[in-house]
Amino acid sequence: MSTVSQLQSITLHVNGQSYMVEVEPRWLLSDVLRHQLGLTGTHVGCEQGVCGACTVLIDGQPQRSCLLFAVQADGAEIKTIEGFSSNDSLTDVQQAFQDRHALQCGYCTPAMVVTTEALLERNPNPTEDEIREALSGNLCRCTGYQFIVEAVKDAAERRRRG
Amino acid sequence: MKPVAFAYERPTVLTDALRLLAEDGDAKVIAGGQSLIPMMNFRLSRPAKLVDINQVKELSYIRKTDAGVALGALVRHQELHEDPLVRELLPVLADAAGEVGHWAIRTRGTLGGSLTHADPASELPAAMVALRAELELQSVDGTRTVPAEEFYLGLLTTDIQPGELLTAVHIPVSSAKSYGFAEFARRPGDFALAGAFVALAENGAAEVTWFGVSGGPERRELDLPADDTARRQRLAEVAQELDPLSEPEYRRQLAVEVAEAAYQNARGRRA
Repeated sequence: MSTVSQLQSITLHVNGQSYMVEVEPRWLLSDVLRHQLGLTGTHVGCEQGVCGACTVLIDGQPQRSCLLFAVQADGAEIKTIEGFSSNDSLTDVQQAFQDRHALQCGYCTPAMVVTTEALLERNPNPTEDEIREALSGNLCRCTGYQFIVEAVKDAAERRRRG
Repeated sequence: MKPVAFAYERPTVLTDALRLLAEDGDAKVIAGGQSLIPMMNFRLSRPAKLVDINQVKELSYIRKTDAGVALGALVRHQELHEDPLVRELLPVLADAAGEVGHWAIRTRGTLGGSLTHADPASELPAAMVALRAELELQSVDGTRTVPAEEFYLGLLTTDIQPGELLTAVHIPVSSAKSYGFAEFARRPGDFALAGAFVALAENGAAEVTWFGVSGGPERRELDLPADDTARRQRLAEVAQELDPLSEPEYRRQLAVEVAEAAYQNARGRRA
């Protein structure tokens, strides 16, 4: 049991920056992002992969940061909501969410935006069904989803117009 | 909650992974972790050691073989869903893989993990039974292959032995059968309440493989009449043999509905 809970040194590449951190193997990536790196835009809801609030991009793919140990992300390219937005302005997706009233409490919003970014990267012109399928893993308890779907359509259209 | 502490090993080659599993009978394999980590987060599972096989890249492949298709255990559900070779040769498997969880689960979860976890409501174990896949199991002592149907022994129980790792599946491909798939879940991405694969042979013989309606995949060979009423009646008779874990009457009704939908799907694919 001597090796249990020993700290391990890993390198996390997050939003274009590299961080050397010491982690216990049992620490979830979501917690390390929030507590070690201070990137609190990644939210933690259910810790069982259902709510989607902790979704980040790992090597370009949306994944649950609560269903990944930080030690497993050693060397991977991680992108969180902070990697998309700057401090002083909204991204086109965020602007569309605001314009379409696609959030109320905002708890699910960062992961909604991250998942939307991944969708639009793969599919710049998604149908409503494709939007709903892509976001089906992100729960929102406020909006009823309709405005979120409209916001994603809106963002896609703005991006296509350039 | 958070997982209890565990020792962690991350081999990069298969021989090291098998050696680690042989050395420590309490070691548990982690691949995608999309079923294991939720259980660890809730401390329902407390492995003393995890052997992480994500870096064993030799287990990540999709290949055409003489008999069909070989899939490495580390193939992610989303890869299975999108892969052109799988779409061409085993379209029913590509479709079913797209129904596993949500996008962010499918990009991480693995074929081997799903097959060995053996959740009764999961699509892929039933797909392997329906497609007559052979599962390849390796340990330091060697390799053995087991037909999928013999691998599943009941609720969350498989034939995998201590020290063994599921390394690949081999799926025969034949144009003599057409396959269909359907499932019913309350919300997209939820575990299915019932699902079915249907195989139709050119000579009219049919097979239904259900999931979510008992402790594991349930394959039945039966005649499926072309007449709609007679066919549903036949499916309802066979569904009476199923032993659902809960709400038996409702689940058996769903079993008929999904089998009928899968039958129509298989017919459409043949056309």
